[in-house]
Amino acid sequence: MDREGTAGRDDGRGEGRDGPEGPTSSVTLRVNGTVHALRLDNRTTLLDALREHLDLTGAKKGCDHGQCGACTVLVGGRRVNSCLLLAVACDEPVTTVEGLARDGRLHPLQEAFVARDALQCGYCTPGQICSAVALLDEAAAGHPSHVTPPHAARAEGAADLTRDEIRERMSGNLCRCGAYPHIVDAVADAHRETVR
Amino acid sequence: MKPFEHVRAERTERALAAHARHPRAQYLAGGTNLVDLMKLGVLDPPLLVDIGRLPLDTVAETSDGGLGIGATVRNSDLAAHPLVRSRYPVLSQALLSGASPQLRNVATTGGNLLQRTRCPYFQDVSHPCNKREPGTGCPARDGVHRDLAVLGHSAHCVATHPSDMAVALAALDARVRLLGPDGARELPLTDFHRLPGDRPERDTVLRPGELVTEVVLPPPAGTSAYRKARDRASYAFALASVAAVLAVADGRVRHAALAFGGLAHRPWRARAAEEVLRGAPADEETFARAVDAELAAARPLRDNGFKVPLARGLAVRVLTDLAAAS
Amino acid sequence: MCPPPTPPGPAAGADVERRDARHKVTGTARYAAEHTPPGCLHAAPVPATVARGRVTAVHADEVLRLPGVHAVLSHENAPRLGEPDDPTLAVLQNDRVPHRGWYVALVVADTPENARAAADALRIEYAPEEHDAGPADGHPRLYTPEEANGGHPAVRERGDFDAAFATAAVHVDATYTLTALHNHPMEPHASTAWWTGGDLTVHDSNQGSTTVRNVLAELFAVPRERVTVAAAHVGGGFGSKGTPRPQVVLAVMAARHTGRPVKLALPRRHLPAVVGHRAPTVQRVRIGADAHGVIRALAHDVTTQTSTVKEFVEQAAVPARVMYTSPHSRTTHRVVALDVPTPSWMRAPGEASGMYALEAAMDELAAATGLDPVELRLRNEPDREPDSGRPFSSRNLAGCLREGARLFGWEDRDPRPGVRRSGDRLTGTGVASATYPYLVGPSTATAHAAPDGTHVVRLNATDIGTGARTVLAQIAADALRAPLDSVRVEIGSSALPDAPLAGGSSGTSSWGWAVHRACTTLAERLRTLTGPLPPEGLTVRADTAQEAGKESPYARHAFGAHFAEVEVDAVTGEVRVRRLLGVFAAGRILNPRTARSQLIGGMTMGIGMALTEGSTLDTRSGEFVERDLASYHVPVNADVPSLEAHWLDEEDPHLNPMGSKGIGEIGIVGTAAAVANAVHHAVGVRLRDLPLTPDRLLPHLHGLPDRQG
Repeated sequence: MDREGTAGRDDGRGEGRDGPEGPTSSVTLRVNGTVHALRLDNRTTLLDALREHLDLTGAKKGCDHGQCGACTVLVGGRRVNSCLLLAVACDEPVTTVEGLARDGRLHPLQEAFVARDALQCGYCTPGQICSAVALLDEAAAGHPSHVTPPHAARAEGAADLTRDEIRERMSGNLCRCGAYPHIVDAVADAHRETVR
Repeated sequence: MKPFEHVRAERTERALAAHARHPRAQYLAGGTNLVDLMKLGVLDPPLLVDIGRLPLDTVAETSDGGLGIGATVRNSDLAAHPLVRSRYPVLSQALLSGASPQLRNVATTGGNLLQRTRCPYFQDVSHPCNKREPGTGCPARDGVHRDLAVLGHSAHCVATHPSDMAVALAALDARVRLLGPDGARELPLTDFHRLPGDRPERDTVLRPGELVTEVVLPPPAGTSAYRKARDRASYAFALASVAAVLAVADGRVRHAALAFGGLAHRPWRARAAEEVLRGAPADEETFARAVDAELAAARPLRDNGFKVPLARGLAVRVLTDLAAAS
Repeated sequence: MCPPPTPPGPAAGADVERRDARHKVTGTARYAAEHTPPGCLHAAPVPATVARGRVTAVHADEVLRLPGVHAVLSHENAPRLGEPDDPTLAVLQNDRVPHRGWYVALVVADTPENARAAADALRIEYAPEEHDAGPADGHPRLYTPEEANGGHPAVRERGDFDAAFATAAVHVDATYTLTALHNHPMEPHASTAWWTGGDLTVHDSNQGSTTVRNVLAELFAVPRERVTVAAAHVGGGFGSKGTPRPQVVLAVMAARHTGRPVKLALPRRHLPAVVGHRAPTVQRVRIGADAHGVIRALAHDVTTQTSTVKEFVEQAAVPARVMYTSPHSRTTHRVVALDVPTPSWMRAPGEASGMYALEAAMDELAAATGLDPVELRLRNEPDREPDSGRPFSSRNLAGCLREGARLFGWEDRDPRPGVRRSGDRLTGTGVASATYPYLVGPSTATAHAAPDGTHVVRLNATDIGTGARTVLAQIAADALRAPLDSVRVEIGSSALPDAPLAGGSSGTSSWGWAVHRACTTLAERLRTLTGPLPPEGLTVRADTAQEAGKESPYARHAFGAHFAEVEVDAVTGEVRVRRLLGVFAAGRILNPRTARSQLIGGMTMGIGMALTEGSTLDTRSGEFVERDLASYHVPVNADVPSLEAHWLDEEDPHLNPMGSKGIGEIGIVGTAAAVANAVHHAVGVRLRDLPLTPDRLLPHLHGLPDRQG
């Protein structure tokens, strides 16, 4: 997300408008490669900006408090809960589930979710998939998780993505339909594909 | 959420100046708890001073072999940092046992320290709460309080501090650097968070307008580990947790630092236990005696007495495992 | 009598990709709040903050001055509704507050932010009244209702339970408690509604939009044909969207009041009070058996609660009427109406609660008789349904138990409790049976053949994640003897032929029967057609009101068996499931892929019921304390280890043309008992109150031998 005019800069004279409609800011969002110039209520979260202003409804509102993961998108390549990120504070490129396919072909994780039936109602699915995309990058970068054995801490090299590792690393995304084992299968499949 | 003004600060002094414009201004870093609380109506700052771009996002070795951690370093980056993983495993483990990958990607060091209790009554503005509105009462004390404090609580508040990271920092003898309108100061992390007493609205000793700029760790004093018990296998706050740093020489405890999470209004540094441990044989019997000395001060509420044996068991196990590994 | 199932065609039973999977993984599947008509306003409801009383003032004028606020609705000005059958839908009709969280106002504004801020700011004054939020157990106002949910008689007696129990050789007398549980589908209840002249269009998140349409037509006094309710994609329901919920009534009211489209998505924190929950239960189970473990006397007494708004009685004692040999039996329900939120359906209402208690008691009986718990159940297989005396249309519980035992490796089990310890880890295994009734209802459907060789099946089925679109296409393809990809299925709108809700595990049977009828008739017409199809194609309509509504002379139920292995941390009291394996007998499985997903999904929710989920009612405030997903612990991925669902081939000629029973709910039935029985096997202590969180375990873990190894 880029910003041009801002709500205010630290000179205290910002360009924010504190008019009768409440404070708003002009915000430039770069989402899935497209630049959007918007004037947004400062209260608008990235999630609501996507859903209500850009008609990108792939990211879901499950709890609106960072407790379910349905709103997960990638900001600057990192997975985040878009419901807790104020759009006005967001200044890196955003990728949502709508932006994962390339040249009309689904992302390998999207294909894997279909092949493994790693979804039922589908409401958590975009968040699961965005989360999994980042998971593979994090593991490739060697980031540890809660279940990574401390003494297996390899500062260099990719993390060993066992099923336990995938389960832990996907635990920020609730699925009430209970697709977890299939989600783990799908992530493992996509992981095999990417390391192959 | 009430309307607010948003100001982006590019430099630290500018952040302080911007904050000074309004007594109820809040600094915004990751916002994972602040935005949550604003949505709940628990906080309604008229001004957010966005410190997301301040140059406080580095982790660097200090001249004495310790570690300086910038206030806006993301929890996930800190947990994955090679120096943290190798020298301060307790910190990496604590961070990774908290929240979710998505939250850790956004939450910062400073914000993690400043997060508020998850007491259900605090989070719901339709209830009285001494922490939220001083003098209104504490419905948790006789209400649903299984998750709340057993140590250091007062008639006014039985909240717990929710952080895992802060528990590890407490055991690591971390120091917190602050910058405020009156200048910079530094204090031990264990003095940063308060007990509720009769001023439960104050979680910390932070003064108005003060900003956490850095957390500084001394060189590691021993091997370390973090253990946490919770209601589900991941993505849940601690029922109780333990951070321990232990150094053993010739079968005796040379250095021991122990801190509990989930038991009190602040990370609970177990000084009484450490007193017993110092110089004593590094065995399970000593560990149990030490932990019992600490937990003798526990005053469980009606429904949270289980936390005492839970914390005891966790602590004895962590110390025993550390002793076995050293 | 229903027709015997037709021989399966190539599509039935095929492992077919979920038809909406690609829409769901790309984010293009739209849910109720993801439609924004031009000029759409946003609504935010205001929950009551007293447990009982009256609204004495709504300071609407104060928030009408706030930015963007278009309207404030309350009992003072909201459109008057017709009398609903379901009183929970009579929102903003009077000043009564029957429980905390009940909606007392609705704010409509131009943006979600302004709507929420104004709803938060709206000052409401109350005249609070003394309230009674229980607890239900031992409450002086407990009474025996006429019926429990599902139309089951509240009380059934056979033989002389007291006498038989008194003289039995072996006794179990145990009381089990379950907290309230919340459905918490991932998609909170939402509606987007607008009026065009006298026509109403609504996108609503529900499990059956024919009913929603009919109810809205009643409430707003408009003809049904002028109301369209669409539910193309629904983010889960698990019973909580089975019938209309307040959000749809509020959205339609607001749209009528403002003359603009209105979108309303309920905040997660509101759900526990307004969309239903599994009622808490206290269940006493008494079993008297002979020395061989054969049951002589069985009593299951359920105490539960409802609200003062309406009577809902969790039918937890009903499975005891189905499961085991029990010549002398008494099954009862008692309930008390409290000033609390109204309970409703949650996945397998009755069976999920009742089979926890019954199957835990069976484990206690196994221990008391020294019998293996699988063997004990086999010894108590009845040859007819105990309560009704009717023969079973099919009953393969024994097969499920045997196959499950084989797959799980049960035969090597050391029955002694509390002896498997490695370090701090105690392990144990447990088994429990499962059952769920076969339910079916009348449905209509049309089938259309186009000259280009394609087919369209249309009916208002709802796919809440079950795979209905996919399975109905398979049924159609076989009935038409046509390739699967020649069949398009249109569902999810009340503009389509009427169909019942996705509930009671009855969707596939009810809808599928109508689809099957329509397609068989169409195929027949096509066969006898002379000459080419007319350009407009050929359409036939089917209505199964006759056959599907008929009483069966058979007792019809699906059965299953769960096998669980758990690990208990002796230091922390944390319980984690290591393995969970279920075997089910549920008629023909029409799509193994989507069926497996549903079964493991039910089992996962069962893990939550056993170990992590619970809603605590603060009786002082009359509300559930866990109102968010941080404190209400839906299992996360890390809670769900190896999970397997298997099934037996079951041919049942007394069901429907597909030979299918239901699979949406049986996965959760008995799961919690299997897990709890495994916990007993691990620690040697019988814990009868769910969920089994560390605070429940810890007091019992101290006398245990110290760590070994």
